[in-house]
Amino acid sequence: MNSIILLTSFGILNLFVGFRKSNKLVLPAVFLFLLIVLVVNFYDWNNTTTYFERMLTIDNFAVAFTGVVVLTTILVIPFAKRYVDEQNESLAEFFSILLFSLVGAVMMVAYENLLMLFVGIEILSISMYVLAGSDKKNLRSNEAGLKYFLMGSFATGILLFGIVLIYGATGTFYITEISSAATAGSGDALTSPLLAMGLLFTLIGISFKVSAAPFHFWTPDVYEGTPTLFTAFMSTVVKTAGFAGFYKLMSVSFAGAYDIWYPTLVAMTVITLGIGNIGAVAQNSFKRMMAYSSISHAGYLMIALLSFNDRSENAIFFYALAYSIATIAAFGILKLVSDQRDDISYNAFNGLGQTNPLLAAVMTISMCSLAGIPLTGGFFGKLFIFSAALEQNLLWLIIVAILMSMVGIYYYFRVVIAMYMREPNGERVAVSSSASFALIFMAILTIVMGVLPGLMSNLL
Amino acid sequence: MSNLTLYLLLWPALAGLLILFIKGQNAKRAAFGAAIIEFILVLLAMMQYEPNANVQFPFFHTWIENFGINFSIGMDGISLLLVFLTAFLVPLIILSSFPHSYKNPNVFYALILFMQTGLIGVFTSFDAFLFYFFWEVALIPIYFIAGVWGGERRIPITFKFFLYTIIGSLFMLVGFVYLYFQTPGTHTSDINAFYQLSLNTTDQSWIFWFLFIAFAIKMPVFPFHTWQPDTYTESPTQATMLLSGIMLKMGIYGVIRWLLPVVPQGVSQWDTLVIILAIIGIVYGAIIAIRQHDLKRLVAFSSISHVGLIAAGIFTLTEHGMQGGIIQMLSHGINVVGLFFIIDIIYRRTHTREIANLGGITQTTPALSIFFLILLLGTVALPLTNGFVGEFLLLSGVYQYNNWMGAVAGLTIILGAVYMLRMFQGVMFGEQNEVTATFRDLTGTEKAVLIPLVIMVFWIGLHPNTFLSLTEPTVGHLLGIINR
Repeated sequence: MNSIILLTSFGILNLFVGFRKSNKLVLPAVFLFLLIVLVVNFYDWNNTTTYFERMLTIDNFAVAFTGVVVLTTILVIPFAKRYVDEQNESLAEFFSILLFSLVGAVMMVAYENLLMLFVGIEILSISMYVLAGSDKKNLRSNEAGLKYFLMGSFATGILLFGIVLIYGATGTFYITEISSAATAGSGDALTSPLLAMGLLFTLIGISFKVSAAPFHFWTPDVYEGTPTLFTAFMSTVVKTAGFAGFYKLMSVSFAGAYDIWYPTLVAMTVITLGIGNIGAVAQNSFKRMMAYSSISHAGYLMIALLSFNDRSENAIFFYALAYSIATIAAFGILKLVSDQRDDISYNAFNGLGQTNPLLAAVMTISMCSLAGIPLTGGFFGKLFIFSAALEQNLLWLIIVAILMSMVGIYYYFRVVIAMYMREPNGERVAVSSSASFALIFMAILTIVMGVLPGLMSNLL
Repeated sequence: MSNLTLYLLLWPALAGLLILFIKGQNAKRAAFGAAIIEFILVLLAMMQYEPNANVQFPFFHTWIENFGINFSIGMDGISLLLVFLTAFLVPLIILSSFPHSYKNPNVFYALILFMQTGLIGVFTSFDAFLFYFFWEVALIPIYFIAGVWGGERRIPITFKFFLYTIIGSLFMLVGFVYLYFQTPGTHTSDINAFYQLSLNTTDQSWIFWFLFIAFAIKMPVFPFHTWQPDTYTESPTQATMLLSGIMLKMGIYGVIRWLLPVVPQGVSQWDTLVIILAIIGIVYGAIIAIRQHDLKRLVAFSSISHVGLIAAGIFTLTEHGMQGGIIQMLSHGINVVGLFFIIDIIYRRTHTREIANLGGITQTTPALSIFFLILLLGTVALPLTNGFVGEFLLLSGVYQYNNWMGAVAGLTIILGAVYMLRMFQGVMFGEQNEVTATFRDLTGTEKAVLIPLVIMVFWIGLHPNTFLSLTEPTVGHLLGIINR
C-alpha cells in the first residue's frame, strides 16, 4: 500500500519539478523517488495486510512483483539522458506518467477483487497509450499510439464484459469467493455458460495486454513505433504485472474450473511460442525482433500458468526478473546505438565489439539470457518454468518450448555475430557514465542469477 | 589440498579474468604460465590419487536449495584422466600460438582459459544440471574463438556449429529434467540417484535418444558430423586443437558417465544401431579422408573415423571396449593436436595446405620430418605407439561383440594407413618446388610443443598401464551398474 501512495504522490511532485523548466533535475528526482519506493516496498515483506474491504492484498507475491516492476523502471531512467540533452519540454510529464502507470502495475499484482484488476490494467494501459505516441513529430510513433489505443481499449472492453459475466455466474468480484463458487460440487456456477463465456472473455482481454497469440497483432507495430525508452518499459513492466495478475486470477479463482480454460490456454501457449519465435526469425529490424521475442517470452510464461503448482509462482517471478533485466539492457543499448547511428536494424550493431566493448559484452550477456543459455538468469528462469510444468506432466509442451528456444538462439545470436564478427560501420557510440553503470549492474545481476539462482529460487 | 578439484576448476577462470586486463602480446605468456600452474595442480592430484572406484577430492555445496541441485564435483579415474588430458594439452595449445599474433590477444587467451574451466567442469561434475551448465560454458568460448579469429567463411560455418551443438544439448536438458522428476522424494539431480532409477523400457528408450543426440553431435558420430569438417577447417588452429583434442571427448565422456549407466535398458535396445552408425562413420570418414586435398580437412575426416571406432568400442559394453575407448581418447587427443600443429607449421611457412602444392619438405627439415612421422605412426596405430594400445583394445571389444562388425571396424587400420601415408608422401617426399625450397626447420618453441606430445606417444605405447590402471576400477564399477 505504501508503494501505491508513494508512487502517486511522487508522480504529482514530479510534475512540480517539471514546472521549473529544468530538465536536469527530473531524472535524478525520479531515480530517487523510485529508490525510495523500492526500499519502502520491502517493509511489507512477510507482513500481509489487506486494504479497502479486502480489495487489495499486499502479500509477499505483491511485494516481490512490485519490486520487479520498480527495479525495472529504475533501470530505464539512465537511458533517458538524450531527452535531457535535447531539452524535451515534456520530460517531467513522461516520467510522471511512468510513475502513475506503476500504480496500475502494483494494483495488478495486489488485487483481490476483479474491479481492482480492471482499474489497474486501465491505469497502466492509458499511460502506455500516451507514451506510445509521445514522439509527437514522428509518424510511426503517432501510428503506434493510435493503434495501441484503439485495439487496447477494445480489449479492455472485452475484459470488462468478461468480468461482468463472471459476476453474473458467481455473484462476486472477489477472487477467493469466485474460487469457491467455481469449484466442482459447490453449486451450478461451474456448469453455467456465463462462467465459461466470462472466463473466455477475460482470457482474451488479458492475453491482449501480455501480447499472447492470437491477440498479439499490435505488438510488432506498436513496439517499433514507440520511442525505444518506452518500448523497454512496455515490454517489461506491462508483461511482468500482466502475468502476475494473470497467474493470480487463474490459480486462485479458476483452479477449480481447470477443465474449462485449460485446453484453450494450451492451444494459445503453443501458438504464442510458435508465432513469437518463428516471427522473430524473419525480422531484419532488431526492434521488431525484440517485439516478437517478447511475444515468445509470453509463451514461456504461459507454461507456468498452465502448471500452477507450488513451483510456478517463484518460476514466474524468477523468469520475469531475468527477462526484464535482459530486455531493458537490450533496449537500452539499442537506444544508445540507434540514437547515434539512426538505424534499428541488426546492421546498426556491426562491429560494436570493437568500438564499444562494454555495450557489446552486456548485449551478449542479455541475448544469452533471453536465449536461455547457462551462466545467465534466463537459463534458470526457463529451467524453473519447465520443471514446474514437468511436475504437471506437460512433457510434450516442454519439448515444444525447447524446440522453439532453439529457434530463439538463432535470432538472438544474429546480433552477437554482428557485434563481434563484422566490421564496424560507424564511430564509437557515446555512452553516459550513468548508462554504463546501469548496464554493468544489469550484466552482473544477470550473471549472479545464472550462477547463484538459489538466492531467488525460494522467495515465494 | 582436499579441495583440489575446486581449485582446478576455478583457477583457469580466475586467471582468464586477470588476463583480460593484460594489454598486448604479454597476455600469451601469462596464459601459458596459468596453464602450466594448472598442469602442476593436476600432477599433484595424480600423485595423491588412489586407484580405486571412489570419487576423490570431492567438493559439495548446495547450489539451489529445495531443488536437490548441488554443486557436486570430484574426480574418479575417468575424470582424472580427462582432466589430465585437458591440463596437458591446453598449455601446449597456448604455446603453439606463440608464433601467431592474434588481434586482441587478451580476449583470445582469456577465452581459452574460460573454456578450460568449462571442460574441467564437464569432466568433474557429478550433478546433472551442473554437468549441463559446464557443457554450455565450454561451448560459448570456443564459438567466439572460432567465430572471431577464424577464416573467411567463419560466420555461417561457426554459427552452424554453434546451433547444431546447442540444439543437441537442449535435448539432453529435456532428458535430464525428465530423469530429475523420476527421482524419489523432493527430487535430486545427483548422479547416483540417476544410476538408481529403475525406469521402464519405453522411457529408457526415448531418453536414450535425447541424451545420445547431444553426445553424438559433439563427438561427432555419423550422421551428426556435418558441422565438423568445415568448422575444423575454418577455425584458427588453436580452436581446431581445442575442438578435436579435448572438446569431442566431452561427447564420449558423456556417453560413458551419463548415458550408459543411466539408461542401460535403452542402451541394450539401441546399441547395435549405434555401433553400426559408428562403423559407417569409420569407413565413411576414412574414405573421404583419402580423397581430400586440404591437409586440415584430411585430418578432420580422419578424426571422424577414429572417433567412430571409439564410439563403437564403448557401446560394446565390454571391459576391453571401455578401457580401449578411454585410453584412445587420450591418444587421439595427443595425436590430433600434434598433427594440426604440424599442419599449422607447414601453412605458416608455405601459406598453403594443398597437398598438391607441397612436396620435398624432408630435404630441409630433419626434425620436423621425425616428429611428423612419429605422430603419424601413432595415428595409424603402429605397435609401440599410443594408437596401437587403444585401437587394439577397441577392436578386440568390437570383435567380442560381433565378429563381422569387428572385421569391418578393423578396416580403420588399413584405411588409416592409406590416407596418412599418402599425406606424408605428398607433403614430405618428392621433389622440392618453389614453395618448399626455402622451408625452415623447427624453431625452439615449435620443438617445445612437439617434444611433450611425442613423449606421450611413446609413453602410452610402451607403458599403457600408467593410465589404464587409473581407470580400471572406475570402468569396472560403471560396468557393474550397467549390467545390474
